[in-house]
Amino acid sequence: MNALTRAVLSFWDSSIGKKILVAGTGIALLLFLPGHLIGNLLLFAGKDAINEYALWLHNAGHGGLVWVARIGLLTVLVVHVLLTVQLTVRNRAVAQKYSYPATNRASRSSRMMIWSGLTILAFIIYHISHFTVRIGNDYNGTAYLTSLPGHEGDVHNVHKMIIDGFSHTGNTVFYMVAITILCSHLSHGFASVFQTLGLRSRKSDLLIARAGWAYALLIWVGFLSIPVAVLFFGYGRT
Amino acid sequence: MSLNLQSAVPSGPIDQKWTKHKMESRLINPTNKRKYSVIVVGSGLAGGAAAATLSELGYGVKCFCYQDSPRRAHSIAAQGGINAAKNYQNDGDSVSRLFYDTIKGGDFRSREANVHRLAEVSVGIIDQCVSQGVPFAREYGGLLDNRSFGGTQVKRTFYARGQTGQQLLLGCYQALSKEISNGGVQMFSRTEMLDLVVVDGHAKGIIVRNMVTGEVSAHAADAVVLATGGYGNVFYLSTNAKGCNVMAAFRAHKRGAAFANPCYTQIHPTCIPVSGDYQSKLTLMSESLRNDGRIWVPTRSELAEKIRSGEISAGDISEEDRDYYLERKYPSFGNLSPRDIASRSAKEVCDEGRGIAPTGLGVFLDFRDAIDRDGRDSISARYGNLFEMYEKIKGENPYSTPMQIFPAVHYTMGGLWVDYNLMSNLPGLHVAGEANFSDHGANRLGASALMQGLADGYFVLPSTIANYLAEQEPGSVTESHPEFSRCLEETNTRIGNLVSANGKRSVDSFHRELGLLIWDKCGMARSSEGLEYALKRIPEIREEFWENVRVPGSGAQLNQELEKAGRVADFLEFGEVLCHDALSREESCGGHFRLEHQFGEDDPEVIDGRTQAGEAKRNDEDFCHVSAWEHTGVGTKPKLTREPLVFENVKLSIRSYK
Amino acid sequence: MNFTLKVWRQNDGDSKGHIEEYPAENIPIEASFLEMLDIVNEKIIGDGGSPIHFDHDCREGICGMCSLTINGVPHGRENGTTTCQLHMRHFDDGDTIWIEPFRAGAFPVIRDLVVDRSAFDRIIAAGGYVSVRTGAAPDANAIPITKEDADHAFDSATCIGCGACVAACKNSSAMLFVSAKASHLNHLPQGAPEKDRRALNMVQAMDEAGFGNCSNHYECEAVCPKSISADNVAKLNRDYAAAAVRKALA
Repeated sequence: MNALTRAVLSFWDSSIGKKILVAGTGIALLLFLPGHLIGNLLLFAGKDAINEYALWLHNAGHGGLVWVARIGLLTVLVVHVLLTVQLTVRNRAVAQKYSYPATNRASRSSRMMIWSGLTILAFIIYHISHFTVRIGNDYNGTAYLTSLPGHEGDVHNVHKMIIDGFSHTGNTVFYMVAITILCSHLSHGFASVFQTLGLRSRKSDLLIARAGWAYALLIWVGFLSIPVAVLFFGYGRT
Repeated sequence: MSLNLQSAVPSGPIDQKWTKHKMESRLINPTNKRKYSVIVVGSGLAGGAAAATLSELGYGVKCFCYQDSPRRAHSIAAQGGINAAKNYQNDGDSVSRLFYDTIKGGDFRSREANVHRLAEVSVGIIDQCVSQGVPFAREYGGLLDNRSFGGTQVKRTFYARGQTGQQLLLGCYQALSKEISNGGVQMFSRTEMLDLVVVDGHAKGIIVRNMVTGEVSAHAADAVVLATGGYGNVFYLSTNAKGCNVMAAFRAHKRGAAFANPCYTQIHPTCIPVSGDYQSKLTLMSESLRNDGRIWVPTRSELAEKIRSGEISAGDISEEDRDYYLERKYPSFGNLSPRDIASRSAKEVCDEGRGIAPTGLGVFLDFRDAIDRDGRDSISARYGNLFEMYEKIKGENPYSTPMQIFPAVHYTMGGLWVDYNLMSNLPGLHVAGEANFSDHGANRLGASALMQGLADGYFVLPSTIANYLAEQEPGSVTESHPEFSRCLEETNTRIGNLVSANGKRSVDSFHRELGLLIWDKCGMARSSEGLEYALKRIPEIREEFWENVRVPGSGAQLNQELEKAGRVADFLEFGEVLCHDALSREESCGGHFRLEHQFGEDDPEVIDGRTQAGEAKRNDEDFCHVSAWEHTGVGTKPKLTREPLVFENVKLSIRSYK
Repeated sequence: MNFTLKVWRQNDGDSKGHIEEYPAENIPIEASFLEMLDIVNEKIIGDGGSPIHFDHDCREGICGMCSLTINGVPHGRENGTTTCQLHMRHFDDGDTIWIEPFRAGAFPVIRDLVVDRSAFDRIIAAGGYVSVRTGAAPDANAIPITKEDADHAFDSATCIGCGACVAACKNSSAMLFVSAKASHLNHLPQGAPEKDRRALNMVQAMDEAGFGNCSNHYECEAVCPKSISADNVAKLNRDYAAAAVRKALA
């Protein structure tokens, strides 16, 4: 083993090294979410806008970019989950419980990171099966093909898929709960990134915490606007 | 046969003695140093510094402490600062002035050559500590700041807010940790020394108890260093940590080491007053507070009575009804008078019925004028942590209500007798820091304890110990020597006796009883009548202790009652040595004040204005000596040998702070 | 004042502990928390029982020996206070008080409320020092240090190594302690040459000693009797990352 490999391995093995990787992958996920959100919000710009966007995503870089992004995101996610699970298992093994437990300052969000994280993981699996792999529905069927102005041949009707998806009450409630949990996760995760990367201090603490809440709120409102509009206000449903 | 107390002070002019001595000292070459082993008991400033430095030099060191980590030794509690003759302030300081202040502060009862060496070495201590990363207070220009302390008129005290001892000890602990990691020091925490092993007249090892497992074991070495602190807890209530004890020093004393000047005990003037008999310890408020705080009591006892009953508060007393008694009696030193003088003055005004604490034993330390002058912020920057500490304990805010303070036992100048090499009369047994008697005479000046501990540990002992070791065959005595098994057996028997006593009273109740007696009869003011009474009572308490003490549990595990019992048992013997020394010293000097020996109105010194009535009256003709006591058996009077003190460089004078 | 104590009793490291109830009667309002325990112990001894063992030494808040978790909070609810500086006037007459040891896997119980914190010493021995030999130091004023830097280093250096941070942490992480110790020295020019080595080695020793990792709850900062800032943790994370990169590339 050469010196470089050794250094990388000991970084990977150390608690701070793992934390820094969790923070780094967290940043990637934090950046992904607004992008995803903006794409989703195109729903409100009409059927063609979102379908065109979906088509562009699938065709960019001769259809390769979407796979680069998918593999990249998946790797980031796997590392993020693997390391946090490792860290949590370690913490559970070394910590001890009090007969009279008390908490002084830790926020509720911060204390349930692993549970919110695992719930989000379950949601992501479900979400990908639902809308990307499209298992257990007929989103891949001909009913979900449509025309797009300026484009030859049919394209996938993402618009209809989303509207139909959110017309189902069970799906939508799960989605809304998951997004809420995600935002609790983000509110602590956002600020934690700064601390773990050594960019927080007492002076910037409040600013960072507020930015974290603002970010989480934005994501929450943004992602929830679609199911709320569809299920409760009948947006896009005929 | 009397003891052989050769001070081994080198000849020549005082400012060249240490250099000359180092030049003439024996050296051991680096490869041979590895063959020698040294035991260091105690991990405070003196012990920790000695262990680290001896290991750096190449000796194999075993270091022992009763705390769970060497970083917790009680040096950590020193607040105010450390003196050094750096003269960074350009206010006329020098090695000679620090030497003179310390000799005079000690009421001319210390050994000139030792004190001069201390002053010389002080300079290097600050350099050493800064290079270890000790964060001393600094000025905006980036250079070190200083403040002044009691008994001096220059600013030579280096400090780290009110936590100087902590920062110095952490520096020392880090140096020790470095050596532990290098393998040069083997550290034994939660391990208490219970006996000294003497082989053919030489100290060659110790018996210790692992306080967690209860295992008693022997450790042999080529030399033993005791750096086990003072015996202030003989008074039960003191500013010492609860665990501080005299056991190691007293065990050495019982094995032949002479105990010198035990009656020199320092009562610190600024402590939080006692509030009840449940009280377990007293808390010091740093002497540095006297830089800005003004000490006063009401001029009339009726006013004091009203304050005590809560009828009026300090703020209701008008300026003319306040007696700033230190400023009045000692105008040139004022509130910064030396500790013994400030303490005794507090006692006097309280004896007159002018004390302001509910118990009658307390005076005000008032920051009103300093806050008006410098602003609350700058007072807070200087003393913030001390004010907080006071508020936590008393529940009163010292920014608005003056602090209540009263003297309390703080430091002990006496200790095991050592020569210039810091070696006791038992060859091989070296004693450093508060545990020895050497540098402070009858009274220690503020910020000098840290200086002495580190001087002994970093600079003196690592150099002088070679004089002894060079004459020894390394590893010549091992634990297999029969004397070790004999001592082990004695120790086990003693532990067995304590555990099986099965009486009715707790160890603490005996300790409290002894402490109260000693505070009463051998505290701030002593008389032959009181001391004789104490000498009658102590053996009675001791007898009852062995018959009626209850030590629950066994010796085979962590047993805090057993630990305390062992320590109190030694205090019950040591108390007698203390009182014998106080009784035999027919004079008043420094921390030892005999009611029979004070200046009266008719004394010529009072008439010509050199001093005033009620001040301590020294007797240089008969008592300019060190009293070294030799153990002769439990309950029998120890044997006194005197080491005359010769002053070649300073003139003995009345210690006036007027 | 009268209280009901629920105290953790455990004979030694191998045995199983349990909570036992004791009355604390006629406690003077001026008494400190430990003096209250002294009074209770005095009674237990008088009744022929085995006194409650707890660590304590200086009783003035600086040695870091005292280590009780009081009602679930290491050193109790008063901010910036060690157990020994906590006074009974902060409790109400008749209160029930839960007293447990500083709990953490890396702090095994020795007896009752006494735990073994020697893991901290091992972390310091791994690099929490400046490698300077006695006698080799330049003049103390040879290297000026700005007052701000000196004050900053001091703020980190006031850590008393009590372990409350670990005891309060849901993960038993020692990051506040380790980071305070590292950043005290890393802030000063004297500590600069060993900065990378120190960060890497101390963190490794911390991991090996069996502490958890930091998940930024700041419980440690909330209970620290010396109000050590979690900024130190951020600094150590940064120093560690930089050291790891330099080590990998150098």
